[in-house]
Amino acid sequence: MSVRRIMGIETEYGISVPGHPNLNPMMTSSQIVNAYAQYALAGVRDRAHWDYAVESPLRDARGFDMSRAEADPSQLTDEDLGMANVILTNGARLYVDHAHPELSTPEVTNPRDAVLWDRAGVEIMRTAMRLAASAPGALGIVLYKNNTDNKGASYGCHENYLMDRATPFADVVAYLTPFFITRQVFTGAGRLGRGQDGRTSAFQLSQRADFFEVEVGLETTLKRPIINTRDEPHADPERYRRLHVIVGDANLSDTATFLKLGTTSLMLAMIEAGYLRDRSWTPAKPVAEMHAVSHDVTLQHRVELADGRRLTALEIQSELLERAQAFCGTDPDEQTRAVLEGWEEVLTGLAADPRSLADRLDWVAKLTLMEGFMRREGLDWASPRLQLIDLQYSDLRGERGLASRLESRGRLRRMFSDEEVAAAVDRAPEDTRAYFRGECIRRFPDAIAAASWDSVVFELPGHDALLRVPTLEPTRGTRAHVEALLDSATSATALIDLLTPDPAR
Amino acid sequence: MSQRENAEQRRVERPEADEVEEAVASSTSAPADLDSDVDSILDEIDSVLEENAEDFVKSFVQKGGQ
Repeated sequence: MSVRRIMGIETEYGISVPGHPNLNPMMTSSQIVNAYAQYALAGVRDRAHWDYAVESPLRDARGFDMSRAEADPSQLTDEDLGMANVILTNGARLYVDHAHPELSTPEVTNPRDAVLWDRAGVEIMRTAMRLAASAPGALGIVLYKNNTDNKGASYGCHENYLMDRATPFADVVAYLTPFFITRQVFTGAGRLGRGQDGRTSAFQLSQRADFFEVEVGLETTLKRPIINTRDEPHADPERYRRLHVIVGDANLSDTATFLKLGTTSLMLAMIEAGYLRDRSWTPAKPVAEMHAVSHDVTLQHRVELADGRRLTALEIQSELLERAQAFCGTDPDEQTRAVLEGWEEVLTGLAADPRSLADRLDWVAKLTLMEGFMRREGLDWASPRLQLIDLQYSDLRGERGLASRLESRGRLRRMFSDEEVAAAVDRAPEDTRAYFRGECIRRFPDAIAAASWDSVVFELPGHDALLRVPTLEPTRGTRAHVEALLDSATSATALIDLLTPDPAR
Repeated sequence: MSQRENAEQRRVERPEADEVEEAVASSTSAPADLDSDVDSILDEIDSVLEENAEDFVKSFVQKGGQ
């Protein structure tokens, strides 16, 4: 049993132009996306003959509209602006969603790769920020990897996990609910402010917790549910469900992201196997407990379970960890072992002294900085300086971002070198269909009319119709499957010929 | 694979006795490092914090998302 499965992360970034609070965020978000598209896909021809009628089913994942990027943003309508949307050579999707720039990582097969391509996403956003600022007359747009403005608005960092369709959804709800409520002790990015509008000046573990209002549901933007029921697998719906997880914080810490994805994947493996059915951790009041766990920085709050037990978040997590250790046996694969060890390490550390994890967990790193300033400057929780630390922790600018500063001093651990991240900005993971998507865009940019998670659409010279290559199986289209094919295709037309069965034969 | 992961992997593969010694060594040296470093970290953070904290925080207004 393993942490390995198809997964990915989508992050909506906070966006602002300091000194200009009234700019339209759809416009600034479009500037970010278009600035990067022009740079990364430079030389791709203008798609003047775009056929919207043919393309309408795919417009959500439409690529390379360079004519739009070259237009003055003031000439674009809101509708146009909302459509900035590109697929990158690393298989990621960069677009504007709900007045925020959003980056969806390519599909990966394991939590370590999820961290790597999430970091690549941060680098892409950093580059976009620099490029947008270098345009003549541009105002400096700043991006933040956080989840709230502390004034009532929240935006998400969603995880996606492909799971077995046969698993009863009731089991997913029963076991992931207590897990999500309590994983905040290591996944929380820390927030100064309680209540959706931050009206109470107090620190809490999670950026997102206070924005959850119901237990189960389809919504993502209002009445947010702890368990989201959206079900678009972007794969064979008979075999797979895509679990869309919306409760998570956007983490700056690699360790937090790694454990967030790794432990959740292990929970799913246990749920799929029916391994937890002999026990229940169902909370009596899930939503209230989610808030209460996040609000208690001492980690002493006891969650009341439906069976009458009252356990701390750490106790519930420890029970789940023990089950996962037993489930994975004595010889798990290397990454599964790393997740189990990391999970145990943070739970043990949190129980003994949370400060010992300041170099691994975001909320501890942030709280440690705030407490340092409180001592040094005699500040209290209502101080705007502390609010600023909360915000600036997630500032993507290398020189301003506090998480970046901590990383550069070795006070926040990194899992990957700059070179590894740079490679992931350019190249897709090699063991999922993202490889085929990314390589098609890298090798034949002029011939790709569109792409989505489960298709690549070619527009070939001499063909009136667009040619859609379905990529419904996420574990196909890997380097092992298609590299030789791609290498032997001297053009997109040649590739399509190789992919298309010859009716004469 | 990064150096850190390699290092972690090596640590995992070493016998337990080594780990204990290492843990003891690092726990005795860490507090001194930490104390001497804390002020300089706060100095650095102080030097990059935006000038007018109250206005800066107030003007960070987002539209809701997912």
